[in-house]
Amino acid sequence: MDAVEHSPNTPLEYQSETGRLNILGFWIFLGAEIALFSTLFATYFVLDGRTAGGPVPAELFEVKGVLIETFLLLTSSFTCGLAIHYMRRHSLKGLFLWIGITLALGLSFLGFEIYEFVHYIHEGAALTTSAYWSAFFVLTGTHGAHVAMGIAWIALILIQLKQRGLTPDTSRKVFISSLYWHFLDVVWIFIFTAVYLLGMVM
Amino acid sequence: MKWDEFFVTGDPLIYGADVSIALTLIGVIFVLTYFKKWKWLWTEWLTTVDHKKLGIMYVMAAVMMLFRGGVDALLMRAQLTVPDAGFLDSTHYNEIFTTHGTIMIIFMAMPFLIGLMNVVIPLQIGARDVAYPFLNAVSFWTFFMGAMLFNISFVIGGSPSAGWTSYVPLAGLELSPSVGQNYYLLGLQIAGIGTLLTGINFLVTILKMRAPGMKLMQMPIFTWSSLITSVIIVFAFPVLTVALALMTFDRLFGSHFFTLMDGGMPMLWANLFWIWGHPEVYIVILPAFGMFSEIISTFARKTLFGYKAMVYSMVVIAGLSFLVWVHHFFTMGAGGAVNSFFSITTMLIAVPTGVKIFNWLFTLYKGRIKFTTAMLWSLAFIPNFVIGGVTGVMLAMAAADYQYHNTYFLVAHFHYVLISGTVYACFAGLHFWYPKMFNHRLNEKLGKWTFWIFVAGFNLCFFPMYFLGLAGMPRRVYTYGAADGWMSLNVLATMGGVLMGIGFLILVYNIYFSFRYSPRETTGDPWDGRTLEWATAAPVPFYNFAHVPEVKGHDAYWIAKKEGRAKEKKPYKPIHMPSNSGVPVIMSTFFFISGFGMVFSWHWMSIAGLIGVLATMVIRSFDYDKGFYVSVEEIEKHEQTTE
Repeated sequence: MDAVEHSPNTPLEYQSETGRLNILGFWIFLGAEIALFSTLFATYFVLDGRTAGGPVPAELFEVKGVLIETFLLLTSSFTCGLAIHYMRRHSLKGLFLWIGITLALGLSFLGFEIYEFVHYIHEGAALTTSAYWSAFFVLTGTHGAHVAMGIAWIALILIQLKQRGLTPDTSRKVFISSLYWHFLDVVWIFIFTAVYLLGMVM
Repeated sequence: MKWDEFFVTGDPLIYGADVSIALTLIGVIFVLTYFKKWKWLWTEWLTTVDHKKLGIMYVMAAVMMLFRGGVDALLMRAQLTVPDAGFLDSTHYNEIFTTHGTIMIIFMAMPFLIGLMNVVIPLQIGARDVAYPFLNAVSFWTFFMGAMLFNISFVIGGSPSAGWTSYVPLAGLELSPSVGQNYYLLGLQIAGIGTLLTGINFLVTILKMRAPGMKLMQMPIFTWSSLITSVIIVFAFPVLTVALALMTFDRLFGSHFFTLMDGGMPMLWANLFWIWGHPEVYIVILPAFGMFSEIISTFARKTLFGYKAMVYSMVVIAGLSFLVWVHHFFTMGAGGAVNSFFSITTMLIAVPTGVKIFNWLFTLYKGRIKFTTAMLWSLAFIPNFVIGGVTGVMLAMAAADYQYHNTYFLVAHFHYVLISGTVYACFAGLHFWYPKMFNHRLNEKLGKWTFWIFVAGFNLCFFPMYFLGLAGMPRRVYTYGAADGWMSLNVLATMGGVLMGIGFLILVYNIYFSFRYSPRETTGDPWDGRTLEWATAAPVPFYNFAHVPEVKGHDAYWIAKKEGRAKEKKPYKPIHMPSNSGVPVIMSTFFFISGFGMVFSWHWMSIAGLIGVLATMVIRSFDYDKGFYVSVEEIEKHEQTTE
């Protein structure tokens, strides 16, 4: 499809023109995502403490659950990296194994997060309770929705991998979705620090 | 909900609009059926991924929106011509200034410029399409569906009435309980998706798809302006996305971001809105600057003066555009230190802008100027824009702004920059690149009639408003008393508005007239152009360039003509092109359905629409269509018929 020479070491996903263009475009999309999450973080900080006499975060946040969530998501980023490692070695089996583990970790993260949300709502802290909790739920909820989208998306790519094997097209899709997954991990690190850790000590 | 709550009732103007909408729809359906054009419409337009056709559709939609926004403007002028007029009541007036502002910025100015960018940029950089043709179609259709969703509000459910800035608490649920504000939120949200995708698309296109040899500092200046605009879009639009989403949550799901109760903060909206909103005005002015630069250079028949300074000044303007947003609300309680900071950053913008003004003047200096219609618009732009810019610096002084704020002085200022900047550029660019879109020129004589009438009308309409503002007339009032003494200037302004309307009608007639009677282009280079878009054949073949052009410097086509390389023949090679797709228009229709459901809080409908959107995305993901190759024989056939 393209005449540009590439060395035999060029990864599969970078071998086609479409692959190179799409990967660059996705990086720019992640730039837009940074702007999006920055706005949500800014909103959260502006509304921090505005609990209107309702529950405050320090009463509700628990280290244990959040640590488990963090551990699950950070590990999933590592296993996602391993999946790409196996893809680069043209091992479809290794790729399936580690992507599978990544998705399982992502799903468990979502499970814990939903459990956490339900717990807060039971304790009287919901989206409608106060400005603080609105900001909390929309910031963490947007991240959670991204994780859910990522899981569904990667699952679809797995089906395509099964149908077509490793090609410049499928490997491009796997690679781009892995960029997305790592990005969500980075966002979570900020949520963990700025929302949960600060929320517990402030 | 009863039918008379669903449809807007009780106003003869609205009934008239209902009838004309119904008649237009019936007429369109009849014509398409009678001439058996449905299949043509589907294969040639609705499913196209060709950047030139998408550009044409953008421009057509923008001209329609210019009509709608212009009618809104004339209704307002009619109401304000004389004191204590009873033509529009206060609510109706509020709705009209809200839709006028929103439509003109979001659904007229941006798509007009993005449309011209679509037509021109791939041609200027010697590419056969944008980086992501499919995504480009998604961009257009989400814009179009967002615009339609916003536009139907005035006959179904009621228009938004909280101003295009939608400040809270006015736009909140308590003070704006009707669905109008929801239309604003959802319409802009859906159209915003398209704009963000356009930003990403053009950024990658310009960075990666340039013809061999074209270095960054050899790109045509309009391409540079589009590149910088794309960067602004990528970082500004997500802020709007979030702001709109938060207000949607407030209104539909009871959250407390901007409410007066339970810790909400109305000023947060003003800040978020303008953190997007100020870069937004540069999104609509930088491409205009780029177009004027191209046109002035072409018709002064000189290379652009100070090319590098032009590029750097645009980069500086783009950077500063994110650092000035508070100047939109100096009077809303920020302290002296904050106001001073934003006052200075705002005034700083005058520096790179001034550099550009001088560069245009020096490009004209000793040029052999050809006074085409496109050139006339560009020449009128310079003094008019300077008036807008200078009054902008007056407004930038925070202390003085307490006097000007919320008066017609401000209204005059931003119309002077937006109309003489963006609208003049749209008209200039339309005349200039029309041959690339439709293979004939717009009639120059009619074009000059439009120019003189519109420019005279514009100055007559908005120059008096500076003095109305200084005399104390506040903006956004639906009437005033005879004792205020504002009538004579308001009469002048209305007369100017009518002239602008007449100018617009002549332009529309010109489009029809030129379609019928203008001679078809034969060379592809009607203006003795300088950049690569003029190297394409007439009409431009769908693959743009039979040979990928070689670039040896700035003004690549000019150099090629001087070196006698312009019409070189080389053996053809097969050309790879993307396939059409129906997914973008269907996906965007689901967006429309989902948005419409959200507007009325019919959650079954919004969820069904969202499922549709996701389903079309899945279909796209499983589609491994790789486009097709245009064979050498087909290229030869094409090239013989076009030259």
